[in-house]
Amino acid sequence: MRCTLTTMWKGGLAACFLAFAGVAMGESTVRYGISMADIPLTTGQPDRGAGAYQFTGHTIYDPLIAWEANVGTRPGKLIPGLATEWKVDPKDNKVWRFVLRKGVKFHDGSDFKADAVVWNLDKVLNDKSPQFDAKQAAQVKPRIPSVGSYRKIDDYTVEITTKDIDALFPYQLPWFLIGSPAQWDKLGRDWAKVATQPSGTGPFRLDKLVPRERADLVKNPAYWDKTRIAKTDRIVLIPIPDAVTRANALLTGQVDLIETPPPDVLPQLKASGFRIVQNVTPHVWPYHFSTQPGSPWTDIRVRKAANLAIDRDSIVKLLGGQAVAAKGQLDPSSPWFGHPAFELKYDLPAARALMAQAGYSKANPLKAKIIIAQGGTGQMLSLPMNEYIQQSLAEINIQLEFQVVELETLYLHWRAGAKADMNAGKGITAINLGYVTADPFYALTRFAYGRYVAPNGVNWGGYADPVVDKDIDQIRASFDTKLQDKLLADVHQHMVDDALMLWVVHDTQPHALSPKVKQFVQAQHWFQDLTTIGM
Amino acid sequence: MLGYLIRRLLYAVPTALGVTLVSFLLVYVAPGDPLNAIAPADAPADVIESLKATYGLDRPMPVRYGLWLARALHGDLGVSIASGRAVSGEVFGAVGNTLILAAAATIAGVTFGCVLGAFAGYRAGSLLDRLASAVSVVGVSVPHYWLGLVLTIVFSVRLGWLPAMGAGPGGSGEWQWNMEHLRYLLLPAATLCVIPMGIITRTVRALVAETLQQEFVIALRARGLASSAVFRHVARNAAPTVLAVSGLQIGYLMGGSILVETVFAWPGTGFLLNTAIFQRDIPLLQGTLLVLCLFFVVLNLAVDMLQPLLDPRMGRA
Repeated sequence: MRCTLTTMWKGGLAACFLAFAGVAMGESTVRYGISMADIPLTTGQPDRGAGAYQFTGHTIYDPLIAWEANVGTRPGKLIPGLATEWKVDPKDNKVWRFVLRKGVKFHDGSDFKADAVVWNLDKVLNDKSPQFDAKQAAQVKPRIPSVGSYRKIDDYTVEITTKDIDALFPYQLPWFLIGSPAQWDKLGRDWAKVATQPSGTGPFRLDKLVPRERADLVKNPAYWDKTRIAKTDRIVLIPIPDAVTRANALLTGQVDLIETPPPDVLPQLKASGFRIVQNVTPHVWPYHFSTQPGSPWTDIRVRKAANLAIDRDSIVKLLGGQAVAAKGQLDPSSPWFGHPAFELKYDLPAARALMAQAGYSKANPLKAKIIIAQGGTGQMLSLPMNEYIQQSLAEINIQLEFQVVELETLYLHWRAGAKADMNAGKGITAINLGYVTADPFYALTRFAYGRYVAPNGVNWGGYADPVVDKDIDQIRASFDTKLQDKLLADVHQHMVDDALMLWVVHDTQPHALSPKVKQFVQAQHWFQDLTTIGM
Repeated sequence: MLGYLIRRLLYAVPTALGVTLVSFLLVYVAPGDPLNAIAPADAPADVIESLKATYGLDRPMPVRYGLWLARALHGDLGVSIASGRAVSGEVFGAVGNTLILAAAATIAGVTFGCVLGAFAGYRAGSLLDRLASAVSVVGVSVPHYWLGLVLTIVFSVRLGWLPAMGAGPGGSGEWQWNMEHLRYLLLPAATLCVIPMGIITRTVRALVAETLQQEFVIALRARGLASSAVFRHVARNAAPTVLAVSGLQIGYLMGGSILVETVFAWPGTGFLLNTAIFQRDIPLLQGTLLVLCLFFVVLNLAVDMLQPLLDPRMGRA
């Protein structure tokens, strides 16, 4: 009896211990309040812009070539993803060969091989293929414009031929993600079903999806990159589009982490023990000038004067420190910043002198109409910032009139270009639109190359400089990354010295973290690595 | 009565058609491109043209409307351009969530409105009457967005009594009628109920005060009827109008709660409409508006059916 009682007592103690251990080893969960109105697409190519890739792109899926997003102290770089190496054919510089990573499985257990790469390229580029999805194609086709043709060489080698020689082609591939063909087949070839049960090779699997309310990402312990096993078992993405609601959710403990807290709540968050994390981000908030005939901005003195008339530090203060004063299209820490001769700074006397040289005065002010958005993604505090710039430029005899539209409407004006009737015909000579500047194409060449003058691209103002065009032609043909970097820096220098735009600030993508969140590395990119989030 | 019912149901058809036609036209009149919902801002022209063909947006407007209408008559509201999900699923899910919120706000608004209005009407000219009037004026004047934020700051952030947002700890799909979930409903419902409460307070106050002045009430009192019995007569006279006003308020609550649903991240029709409008998601916009319109029509029909039960004179008319 005694023995039995002792045994029972010990057994009970052991059970208590195991129960406690079970609690202690319970799943760690981070609830992340995101600024979007809905969970981005989960079928393979996220919608809702570059910022959506961190949520349902690079979590569930991997690209052939990835972006190093788990470092914050320096700009990242291209790194092997599902391709371990890539080379251009020395005999034909349009042909790229990718060696694929072996031993990788999709979440559904099927193998990742070359067939999957070709299948995914067909999914977005071949509208005759059964798996073609117009929505995913719309998202990614503009981001991989160089892809001409592609084929499987063997199970672990794929060849992609570009339309033209384009040495910058690898920068396009972090946007293109690889999903499982087997899962699509298994789910009746229905993309709507794949959205709720996606299968990629990424560090997270989708466990639960409630449209507009939540998406649960759970750790994939079998992830092929052992240096990027998620530190958190479960991340719950919760769309909270209103910034104040997001901040309140954090303050009340309903979420553990939010993006873009409103500037005026920052002091309260800091006082309550929340940590604010931000970093250099490839984003710029500019006025993009028209240099078409008839535009007042064709005079470089006027463009430079405008850049010298803005007290950017005050705008950073207006934004509660959630921005960095711009020195050009890129942040000076970028390897492509170069050494522009024209320095962006606040120098009112110099600005006034330039305007006087250009023939403007109080009696003869320069009048210009700018089209702006009332808000929206990338636009920061659009109306207060624009009003500040309007007041600043008035001090150097530039009178701005705004045409305020919705962001969706602004995009139409942007695509059409400065020369189009909807712009030039309405007296609009500049456009204010936040730009992603994540890679050479997005940052520089799409705005500076003569071939990309709208509507053939988004060189909105019609800028064309034969020297810059020659540089860009050389960049596209040069496979020496050091030479590429040097030429890209030359292009940036030209853009700044020509005062192609009025550059104001860069966003810093601030996040507010609960004290429970001990680890988070914010990359200098719109791509973020959620595996770095840890309690 | 049956003939009246059939007539009212038939009237609903051109009403619903009119709403869908107007909303269809308004989306196209408003600047912006429906393809912005799915195409990145820098999508080149060939991608845009291909998408137009895929979604039938290259067809003439009358053809597009006709095709949509033909499908809608078969119960197919199409697929959301932005999300790729069936519109019917999106809309009915959202309607369910908004019904929960609207019902709670209506019960609170009508109850408090009737009580305050009745007290004010009975004590016309008194301090109580003036207080009730002040409350009702504030109720209809205060901006929803501001009130919602203030309530959140006080009851969620400062006091920590109630959650700041959401439709339940597991989301709306796991809604249950228990205290844990009702805590999520309290603040948005309180925010939403102030306008109907204000309107109903003023309506009831005016009706009660007017009815009390009528000769039949004086006669009832002269015959020695107890106050509670007199009150029943006054209430019956006021009820039809209150019912009509309340019905309108429910309809307003079903479709007009965009701000409140955004502040509290409540996944209802207001939130859905807001998203559809900004994204120019035409199928979603039209489907949502059609369902809301039909709901409004049915609701008004129900009110019209109930009114003769409260006031037989209306039935004879």
